[in-house]
Amino acid sequence: MTMAQAIDAFVADGASVALGTGLEPLIPFAAGHELIRQRRQDLELVGPISDSLFDELIGAGCVRRITAAWVGNVSEGLGHCYRRSAEQGVPRSIEIHDHTNFSISMALWAAAWNVPYLPARTLLGSDILGTNPNIREVDGLVHISAVRPDVTILHVQRCDAQGRAHAWGPLGISEEAGLAAERVIIACEELVDAAVTLSDPNRIVLPETKVVAVVHEPGGAHPSPVQGFWKRDHVLDNAYAAESRTREGYEAWLKRWVLDVPDRQAYMTMVDVDSIRITGNRPSEPVNFADE
Amino acid sequence: MSDAFTAQEMMIAVAAREIRDRELVFVGMRLPIVAYAVARNTHAPNARGLFEVGLMRDQAATSYLGTMGDPPNVAGALWATRMSNVMALMAQGAVDLGFIGGAEVDRYGNLNTSYVGPPERPRVKLPGSGGGADIAILSRRWVTLMTHERRRLVERVSFVTSPGHGDGTPDWRRRHGLLGGGPSAIITTLCVFRFPSGGGEAYVDSVHPGHTLAEVREATSWEVKIDADVRETPPPTKAELKEIRARSQA
Repeated sequence: MTMAQAIDAFVADGASVALGTGLEPLIPFAAGHELIRQRRQDLELVGPISDSLFDELIGAGCVRRITAAWVGNVSEGLGHCYRRSAEQGVPRSIEIHDHTNFSISMALWAAAWNVPYLPARTLLGSDILGTNPNIREVDGLVHISAVRPDVTILHVQRCDAQGRAHAWGPLGISEEAGLAAERVIIACEELVDAAVTLSDPNRIVLPETKVVAVVHEPGGAHPSPVQGFWKRDHVLDNAYAAESRTREGYEAWLKRWVLDVPDRQAYMTMVDVDSIRITGNRPSEPVNFADE
Repeated sequence: MSDAFTAQEMMIAVAAREIRDRELVFVGMRLPIVAYAVARNTHAPNARGLFEVGLMRDQAATSYLGTMGDPPNVAGALWATRMSNVMALMAQGAVDLGFIGGAEVDRYGNLNTSYVGPPERPRVKLPGSGGGADIAILSRRWVTLMTHERRRLVERVSFVTSPGHGDGTPDWRRRHGLLGGGPSAIITTLCVFRFPSGGGEAYVDSVHPGHTLAEVREATSWEVKIDADVRETPPPTKAELKEIRARSQA
């Protein structure tokens, strides 16, 4: 399935979508750009920090609500589209449900475990208790209400056609986001045979029963890094931070990198791939799954 | 190598000295990543770093890191895992020291990284907590690094994203159920503030070489308290500068 087909089939206007659950690596930028091209409206974005992906989607007018710990761009800090939206309602106003990295994880674990909330020791003494209606202090603990995305989109190193995704390196909040969601879309660097994924079932991130689409999308996390495949593209990430400072600059960036680009394959021809491709080899030792 | 140093290099050196040997440090991004490397390769060879993306390391990565999740920070890790496992250690009180960035800090060490002005229509929408509030509440002690400007060092922050010592009354944190001990230092481009044990108001502990208390007073929005034994911050050593400069972005 292509990314365009997956987004068309499984992400509706108004949907709650978890993205960027790897924190800094493995951010599904290609899926975000396809959401913009298909003009999705009124989305709720759920995630921890997402580098600049949430900022890009806010600037494109796709977003009704942010349920996240941090929105900006890692290169510079401030998210300029986020600022314009929150301060001036440009291109539209958004609702903000503030979280911390820990609390958004717990909100997703609550949904994954099918309970209304989980108690935590974080957020005591923070004014976030007063701005997010779904977080409240009860008897010296903080109750964090469940957040249940309609769809979670992950980028991983490899996956088979049945949806068994292998990811390695830090996973951020990918597991709870996937378990909490109604359905999961996987984008992968390599589409591999089931014999590869099933050789190491411990490395499968989520149950295949959650996965509704597998998209073979090399480079789909660019400019975020993918261990073993891609370094982080600091140059292009810095360029977004600079260009998005003004609305006009953002619109020019959007046209060049999203709207005028048919798909991720075409996008990757615009990137200096040789400067960011990881060419080294550092394999882990195989383990023995023998049963007799 | 030049012995002249920038304000940023001074801040990183001071931050590195906050890390004691054998401590578990919640590192964060940007300057603290470099500070961790400096500490580890100078006075704290047995420190360990935790990264909320889901990593534990001992040795610092050798190349520039744009983020804590960059591939050189993953290769050679002691543990690659999910974020909630890392947070579990912090919720148990196992993290000795955390670093938090901020846009605004007040005299009691409270940080604002959320909203300047009313949240419903802010004058400036800042990016938000990230893991900052978690570190502020749960780590045993923490420090923040900030450019020393009046608009950043404010009398009271308009929004407390990451609580420090609250309203400055004794034992504010314990009375409000916060697990960790709160901020132990504010490291700025001009000086180092520290806090009395049990909380309260920041005082100037040392002023960086080449700067004066008058400059500190001028660039701070509140009337600063000054320690009776205020001294000059020891400048970065050759070894510290070498480690810092090896990790600057080309």
